[in-house]
Amino acid sequence: MKKNKDFVPSKKNISDEEIKKQSQFKEFIKRLAGNKLALFGGIVFLILCLIAIFADKIAMYDYLEVDIANKYAPISREHLLGTDQYGRDIFSRVIYGGRWSLTLGLASTVLSTFLGIIVGSIAGYFGGVVDNVIMRIIDIVQCLPGILLTICIATVMGNTFGGTIFAMSFGGIWGTARMLRGQILTVRKQEYVEAARATNNSSPRIILKYVLPNSIQPIIINACMGVGGAIMGASSLSFLGLGVQPPLPEWGAMLNDARSVMRYYPNVMIAPLIFISLTVLAVSLFGDGLRDALDPRQID
Amino acid sequence: MGTLVEVRDLKKYFNTPRGQLHAVDNVNMKFEEGTTMGVVGESGCGKSTLARTIIHLHEPTKGQILYQGQDVTYPTRKELPALREKMQIIFQDPYMTLNPRYTVEDTLKEPLVLSGEYKAGHALDKQISKLMDMVGISKRLRMAYPHELSGGRRQRVGIGRSLAMNPKFIACDEPVSALDVSIQAQIINLLMDLQEEYKLTYMFVTHDMSVVRHISHNISVMYLGQLVETSPSKELFDKPLHPYTKALISAIPSTDIDHPKKRIELKGELMSPVNPKPGCRFLPRCPYATEACRAPQQLEEVLPGHLVSCCRVKEINKDLLQKEGE
Amino acid sequence: MADRRTAKKGEELVHVEDLYVEYSAGKKIVHAINGVTFDIRRGEALALVGESGCGKSTIAKAILRILPDYGSRTGGCIEFEGKNLLEIPEKEMEKVRGDKISMVFQDPMTALNPVKKILTQISSVIKLHHPELSKKEAEEQAIKMLERVGITPDRVRDYPHQFSGGQQQRVVVAIGLSCDPDLLLADEPTTALDVTIQAQVLDMMTELIRETNTAMLMITHNLGIVAETCDYVAVLYGGEIVEYGSKREIFKNPSHPYTIGLFGALPDLHGDGDRLKPIAGVMPEPSDLPSGCKFHTRCPYATKECENGPVPVVELGGTHRCQCHNIEAVAKAIQKEA
Repeated sequence: MKKNKDFVPSKKNISDEEIKKQSQFKEFIKRLAGNKLALFGGIVFLILCLIAIFADKIAMYDYLEVDIANKYAPISREHLLGTDQYGRDIFSRVIYGGRWSLTLGLASTVLSTFLGIIVGSIAGYFGGVVDNVIMRIIDIVQCLPGILLTICIATVMGNTFGGTIFAMSFGGIWGTARMLRGQILTVRKQEYVEAARATNNSSPRIILKYVLPNSIQPIIINACMGVGGAIMGASSLSFLGLGVQPPLPEWGAMLNDARSVMRYYPNVMIAPLIFISLTVLAVSLFGDGLRDALDPRQID
Repeated sequence: MGTLVEVRDLKKYFNTPRGQLHAVDNVNMKFEEGTTMGVVGESGCGKSTLARTIIHLHEPTKGQILYQGQDVTYPTRKELPALREKMQIIFQDPYMTLNPRYTVEDTLKEPLVLSGEYKAGHALDKQISKLMDMVGISKRLRMAYPHELSGGRRQRVGIGRSLAMNPKFIACDEPVSALDVSIQAQIINLLMDLQEEYKLTYMFVTHDMSVVRHISHNISVMYLGQLVETSPSKELFDKPLHPYTKALISAIPSTDIDHPKKRIELKGELMSPVNPKPGCRFLPRCPYATEACRAPQQLEEVLPGHLVSCCRVKEINKDLLQKEGE
Repeated sequence: MADRRTAKKGEELVHVEDLYVEYSAGKKIVHAINGVTFDIRRGEALALVGESGCGKSTIAKAILRILPDYGSRTGGCIEFEGKNLLEIPEKEMEKVRGDKISMVFQDPMTALNPVKKILTQISSVIKLHHPELSKKEAEEQAIKMLERVGITPDRVRDYPHQFSGGQQQRVVVAIGLSCDPDLLLADEPTTALDVTIQAQVLDMMTELIRETNTAMLMITHNLGIVAETCDYVAVLYGGEIVEYGSKREIFKNPSHPYTIGLFGALPDLHGDGDRLKPIAGVMPEPSDLPSGCKFHTRCPYATKECENGPVPVVELGGTHRCQCHNIEAVAKAIQKEA
């Protein structure tokens, strides 16, 4: 009989039995920092934010400075990324654009996730009639086309920046709530939640300490994906004459303007495109790392 | 020592789409202080529901729960926390019973803080260390998360959490069924030591007959929500009287290879506990079933301390009972 | 098929020699099986006993070659009908699976397809292995098989969820035996069942196996089940067989400290409520096994010798063998205790 004589068992693993821990927050930071992709995402995002904050120091021109004679200028030393249809410096506009786009994308996502978590945890934890009423309302809201709803709210709230943020977040609440409710329903059946009741935990404490931390993972991922969507969504609003108005250099709006001339002047489109993609990528990577770092089971 | 906990005609029904599920039906049980009452039966017999109802995780449908002679069936919001401190539970699955995001310290700290007796500080730290000593978890695991612990250690943490409240009565819901044999023995020893030291009263719910024989002073056998037999532990194994108990004991795989047991084979299928007919629920599988079994059965004291719910018990065990009489 | 019926009971069917299995889990290497040797003969049942993490299920998966492809490595040989199962091409292996070797898993509900009638499930297995049969013939054979495991013909057109757990497991056993395998691998087949139902399923399985001269590899942690169903016993610890022998040899004269510990930790049905004698410590992770004898970290009889180097396998007469440095010292100590 032939035998695999060449089989040599691999070397032993060496593990340290002692389990030492710093504070939970330090552990969390250590896990996050240990994830290279997340670190990369976080740094890229931080740089994007810094660029937006110090835009007036970095940009060479004002974002409103029109120079019709010089429209659609190619890439040059004066205009690092060329100019647009009014001869405005694209590089400067993209730099300034972060102020509106990043705020809008982040704020509306945070708001919608926050509201979604509240609605979802109430429905999921209490169940019964409460759950039924909330879920039926969500069903009705989700039947309406999202963009229509956003337009309605944006119109009602008026053309303020805060109004746009709320309008953008409104559509995201329901998906988050529904997802969280489903998660909570499964977590709620676990024995540790029963054990928490047996050790005299109050309902709000059980939601906060037991149910939410164990059901939040898909919500974080969902939120990170939502940032990019919100930036793009805001551009459709401005296209319809709502939300951020031209001539403010919001990335989505810039992309929209560039659409008609993309065959002749692709450089007009590339700058906002890169910045949007970079933001989405950075936030997604960071969110992925965040989710893992929040879960102590992911250390190994 | 007197009776610590008693349940009288306890019922717990659940509403299901198919009708009322009689999970626990007219159960009477007495838990003597400092002893262990084993509750055995097969899956779906209502033993876990009974345990959870007694410690007020479920609200009973009907009946009475007495704690030291006082009626605590429906405690008010104010009474409940104090009651829970006296009546605790240990769960089955060590993988599911701890919050994955709590360290050992967090898990043990929470009941101590919630009981209001301890504020953060030295006393609390000391108490946590003391609990860890009691259940045998080494200090170095204080900051470990559940996924870093083996099944046996997790179960020790679960036991520590229950003990933190300084309870008198602990319902153990299959605390060792998910553990390996060698670890199972460690936990059983731990439970017995704790009982001796702190005069604990256990309700020990399990489907493992040899474990229950080892740890219990008295054993109750349940079948589809009803109590069919209660007896001192040794006597139940030597003289099982109810036909179901006989079959159950004969079915335990034995390690004695010289004396293979004669097995009582059960035919027929389980009755559904949803809207069950009155009468004996074991009837479809019982080798001794007659017309009389269709009437509701009464729990009856056949031998001292040995109660059976079967209308034919005296006929079936004629020889055995006669010998007893002599 | 015919040659099997005429084959003599006791003829060697599977020969496993020096089997190694390891796989990587993240950064760790899991040493699941570390040099395991045993035989299974026709018409005989071998029990693999051990606690979770000892590698008993891995052996069954290695025999069927259903270990995850990614990251797992095997060494040694599994000889079945003169071929090394670890080396034959996948096409040939497909024929072995189900046709020659079949497996019964622990949880019947996950082993059955919930949206197909049980008759269809069995007859399709039969048809797969006997393509010459017509649909009707295959169904007839399936009904016969189900009757043998105690499912009446009026229920064969029901769906799995309409059966109780015990009946589902009997259906799974029927599927496992329907293509008349030479070897049945049973991985904790009754762990999910109640005691009275477990007794029914075990009785039925042993009866069918005796009848058809099938060999069985029973994987379990329950020594009672071993006593009632098996002829030979292999006790596994840390991916090694620490003791092997006939049922009588193991149950009457357990020699390895781990086997002795297992029996000692078992609550006795007849004894009084004394303290149990648990084995100290916990099972080492298969990714972090100690050197030398794998059991020395928990063994009350361990000496310096046990901590390093290979452990000799000692023949104890008959089929009985035991992997331990100090068998005689252990035996003496046990006698003294008693």
